[in-house]
Amino acid sequence: MSDHEYTPKSKFGKWFNDRLPLLTLASHLTDYPTPKNLNYWWTFGGILTFCLITQIVTGLVLAMHYIAHADMAFDSVEHIMRNVNYGWLIRYIHANGASMFFLAVYIHIFRSLFYGSYKSPREIIWIIGIIIYLLMMAAAFLGYVLPWGQMSFWGATVITNLFSAIPLVGEGIVTWLWGGYSVDNPTLTRFFTLHYLIPFLILGLVVLHIWALHVPGNNNPVGIDIKKPSKDTVPFHPYIVIKDGFALLMFMIVFAFFVFYTPNILGHADNYIEANPLVTPAHIVPEWYLLPFYAILRSVPDKLLGVVAMLSAILILAALPWLDTSKIRSAVFRPLYRQFYWILVADVLILGYVGAMPAEGLYLLVARVATAYYFLHFLVVLPILGYKEKTLPVPLSITEPVLGGSPNLALAKNKENFKD
Amino acid sequence: MSEKNVKRRDFLFTATYAVGAVGAAAVVWPMIDQMNPDASVKALASTEVDISSMNPGKTITVLWRGKPVFIRRRTQEEIAEAKAVKLEDLKHPEKDEDRAKNPEWLVMLGVCTHLGCVPLDQKGDYNGWFCPCHGSHYDTSGRIRKGPAPTNMEIPEYKFVNTNTIKIG
Repeated sequence: MSDHEYTPKSKFGKWFNDRLPLLTLASHLTDYPTPKNLNYWWTFGGILTFCLITQIVTGLVLAMHYIAHADMAFDSVEHIMRNVNYGWLIRYIHANGASMFFLAVYIHIFRSLFYGSYKSPREIIWIIGIIIYLLMMAAAFLGYVLPWGQMSFWGATVITNLFSAIPLVGEGIVTWLWGGYSVDNPTLTRFFTLHYLIPFLILGLVVLHIWALHVPGNNNPVGIDIKKPSKDTVPFHPYIVIKDGFALLMFMIVFAFFVFYTPNILGHADNYIEANPLVTPAHIVPEWYLLPFYAILRSVPDKLLGVVAMLSAILILAALPWLDTSKIRSAVFRPLYRQFYWILVADVLILGYVGAMPAEGLYLLVARVATAYYFLHFLVVLPILGYKEKTLPVPLSITEPVLGGSPNLALAKNKENFKD
Repeated sequence: MSEKNVKRRDFLFTATYAVGAVGAAAVVWPMIDQMNPDASVKALASTEVDISSMNPGKTITVLWRGKPVFIRRRTQEEIAEAKAVKLEDLKHPEKDEDRAKNPEWLVMLGVCTHLGCVPLDQKGDYNGWFCPCHGSHYDTSGRIRKGPAPTNMEIPEYKFVNTNTIKIG
């Protein structure tokens, strides 16, 4: 923002801006120079902001009708579905909104992995993103407990019991989390409180995420550093705003499809049975977006090590900027990394699939191989690849490849018809 | 400033930090401890169960402290099977005599020691219990034989009030 001089036109605007430079901030956000070659994979940041706002608004409304009590929670959700005006719509948006949020965040993360957006100088943006992702998983888990169905109850039991794997203090921590000797009313009320808190923590982190982004500026599909503002950039408004807006509309079509046509397809029928502490459902599975990590947990035969493996699978991402030793960001110029990238994508999809299947026989074997490969990718393949890989020549500017190899600026003006 | 003054000031700083840290901890602890089981939860510590109508081979499940407790009147075959197991074959070695003082009656927490699911009765490879969540097999004494659970199912504190009543807790 220091590179940005702005003076409001009106006298009042100037008076206000001298005291609180909100208009300078707005002007920075509007004019923010953005690489001109951003593709549609870059529109998911905006889509994710939309998802967060949707969850906060629908969640606020649901909280006006929901009752966080073990005896009443299940009925209050049915009350929302049947009696509250448009309650069905609001709840279905909120429930499917969680899935849409994760769908968008996975695309956002894998875009980052493909184009090397986590690399210097964007490590802090990446790490804040990982923290947001962790908080999203916590919020999704806590929210899933609130309807107090069978999956809510037993999901809560299994996940909180993960802490009992900690030597010595584990049991004490679990009792402390529960507020009793099992998942019960005290657990439900505190889960509701935390579920309400976390989205606002995420909102704060999103501000930091965007702030940290605006220091170096966006990465881009070519993955090179660019001068800002220059021939390689366009102002955020209207170019990126309109592109993000179009992508958001496409995304909302998918969202609306789930809400209006198959609102329960991503959930479990068992959660329409009220929680019963005496009967465990035959097949406990988490929501689809947590399945790869669930598969990793189950693939290790030891309780403590299983929990450690699952947590490491997430936390290893935070170390990624240092595990990837290659100086080249974009996979476009890394022929070998590009192949390993797609193997990783397939590996995570396989983990998700076996996570939904019973942990036995061939499924268990596949889960073990896929888990081993997941860690191998980050701990062995990426560090070695940075030294061994023969990368392709990287262009000097974004404009260069468009002009068939010529960095000639006069030609650029001709071909691209710049409006200065 | 003389050297004496500096030392005196250092002492005051350190003392201030120390008192401040103690004060902060004193405020933080109630905030943490409020999440532990409260008096009303602790008050529900024991349950009495009538077992007069139970025949051999029958299991009942009762709720104690929000957790299921299995009470099984075992058959002679099950008792014999449990006693025949060698301790070195067990992941968590415990004698059947220590788990069921009256061998006919097995009273244990119906909670899988892996991640807390309720195992199913009369299932699994050892004729005991089987946890459907992550595939732990328990024998007729509730001891872990196969699968990810680290320990045997827990035996709660209980006693026979008379021949027809068990008090758990």
